Amino acid sequence: MTETARLLADDPIWLILIKVVALFAFLVVMTLLTIWAERRLIGKMQHRPGPNRAGPFGILQSLADGLKLAFKEDIRPVLADKWIYIMAPVLSAGPALISFSVIPIAPEVTIFGERTALQLVELPVGLLVVLASASVGVYGIVLAGWSSGSPYPLLGSLRSAAQVISYEIAMGLSFVAVIMYSGTLSTAGIVEAQSGGWFFALLPFSFGVYAVAMVGETNRAPFDLPEAESELVGGFHTEYSSLKFALFFLAEYINMVTVSALATTLFFGGWHAPWPLSLIGDGMLNTGWWPVLWFLGKTLMFLFLFVWLRATLPRLRYDQFMNLGWKFLVPLSLVWICGVTAIRGLRNTEAVSSGQFLLVGGGVIAVLIVATLLIPDREPPEPAEPEAPLSGGGHPVPPTDLKVPPTPPRRTSAGRQRLPEGAEGADSTTKEAPDGNV
Amino acid sequence: MLDPYIPLVLMFALAFGFAVFSVAIAPLVGPRRYNKAKLDAYECGIEPSPPPVTGGGRMPVAYYLTAMMFILFDIEMVFLFPYAVSADSLGMWGVAAVVLFVVSFGLADIYLWRRGGLDWN
Repeated sequence: MTETARLLADDPIWLILIKVVALFAFLVVMTLLTIWAERRLIGKMQHRPGPNRAGPFGILQSLADGLKLAFKEDIRPVLADKWIYIMAPVLSAGPALISFSVIPIAPEVTIFGERTALQLVELPVGLLVVLASASVGVYGIVLAGWSSGSPYPLLGSLRSAAQVISYEIAMGLSFVAVIMYSGTLSTAGIVEAQSGGWFFALLPFSFGVYAVAMVGETNRAPFDLPEAESELVGGFHTEYSSLKFALFFLAEYINMVTVSALATTLFFGGWHAPWPLSLIGDGMLNTGWWPVLWFLGKTLMFLFLFVWLRATLPRLRYDQFMNLGWKFLVPLSLVWICGVTAIRGLRNTEAVSSGQFLLVGGGVIAVLIVATLLIPDREPPEPAEPEAPLSGGGHPVPPTDLKVPPTPPRRTSAGRQRLPEGAEGADSTTKEAPDGNV
Repeated sequence: MLDPYIPLVLMFALAFGFAVFSVAIAPLVGPRRYNKAKLDAYECGIEPSPPPVTGGGRMPVAYYLTAMMFILFDIEMVFLFPYAVSADSLGMWGVAAVVLFVVSFGLADIYLWRRGGLDWN
């Protein structure tokens, strides 16, 4: 039982209610501000002002958009499966709101004379709550696409689900080393374990995998394939309008805030003050309300990273994206876990001294380096023959004897009806152009 | 002393209550302007094509394979978590066991990879 759990155990019910409502309001306000900040920042990065009309610096823009959405017509397509179509946004937004409740924001504060921790729940299985809500959130996406009765949302939801579950594996595997070093699944315990040093320096590979996986998990650029506008219109929420659409949007941004806060908790020391500041006044900045500042600062840094990525990187192709997940992140995470396990086990064993450990480790690394030198270089590919003849200017020119295929007869419903029975076969052979296009 | 799960249950109630309220109130506050075309599936053609699932269409089998792989790897993950929590008390015996587990799982993964199960066309 951690210190946080003991503090939370004697919370009166009114304090719990205040915290629940405050956390809910915090998440909704963070969503509004994140959307606004994202549009402003991308605007700055693209040399345009971004939203600047509603309120000071346009800060009320997303609030106005949200209000506007509430007064838009609520459409249900005729082909949609009624109840599942209505349920999907609820299943998407609900888990997103829940998963933030295990994040520790500050260790010990006093609210109206009551000593408590700034965290809604402290459970021995805190991390599993986050993973479980992420898994349930996938149902919202899949069911939204399936129930819309329309091809684009279905394709978008399939892509989205495959993407989220693939990167959930990588994300879960990146947790394993962190859990090993902190010895607990509780989020407050993990933050507590980082008082000596943050885990991103100790476990750089785990952090790298998590950083990639959190972008893939939330369907954000450059991994926003489910919403690839040029291919799939809007993705799984194409058929949704009004507040149902707003719920999907809310879920996406809350998930962004949650994974950023989780990155802070797992790898960046949670509410701990950054290094030079943590020495001031014998850790004075790690008590009271100060930790809220550090926690928010680190979380906002990750949110900025999301926006920066979106403004910088082009979208990946789907096969590249799946290859990155299954052929790079997952196998290397497994190797990394084995390595961390073995090293940790050896370090804790009395029989092996540090000198022997370093000697054997150095030997293994030397053998591996020699082995990589023995791998032959890949043969360079043969230079391809230029297919089109080049004229003097270096531009390809069409061949002089180019045969233009005859224009296929147009298929109209009236024309097809007038055709006799026997002409059906001839029609189907001529309507195909020579290059295979119909 | 209250059960530690009570705040989570309250958050659950508030989150789903809010979501259900939003979905329920949307048709009441919004306008209603009937238009047959608006209720069709969003597509470029004049007549929408039959929906891929309910219309008897197919979807790429690769998604099915991904889902199966997810289940397998998720179970592997579930086995690794309890080990990681008590890694220090299990000592070298635990290390040997978990490395053996990951390696035997990795062999199946390599087989899947070589047979093209991870390729996406």
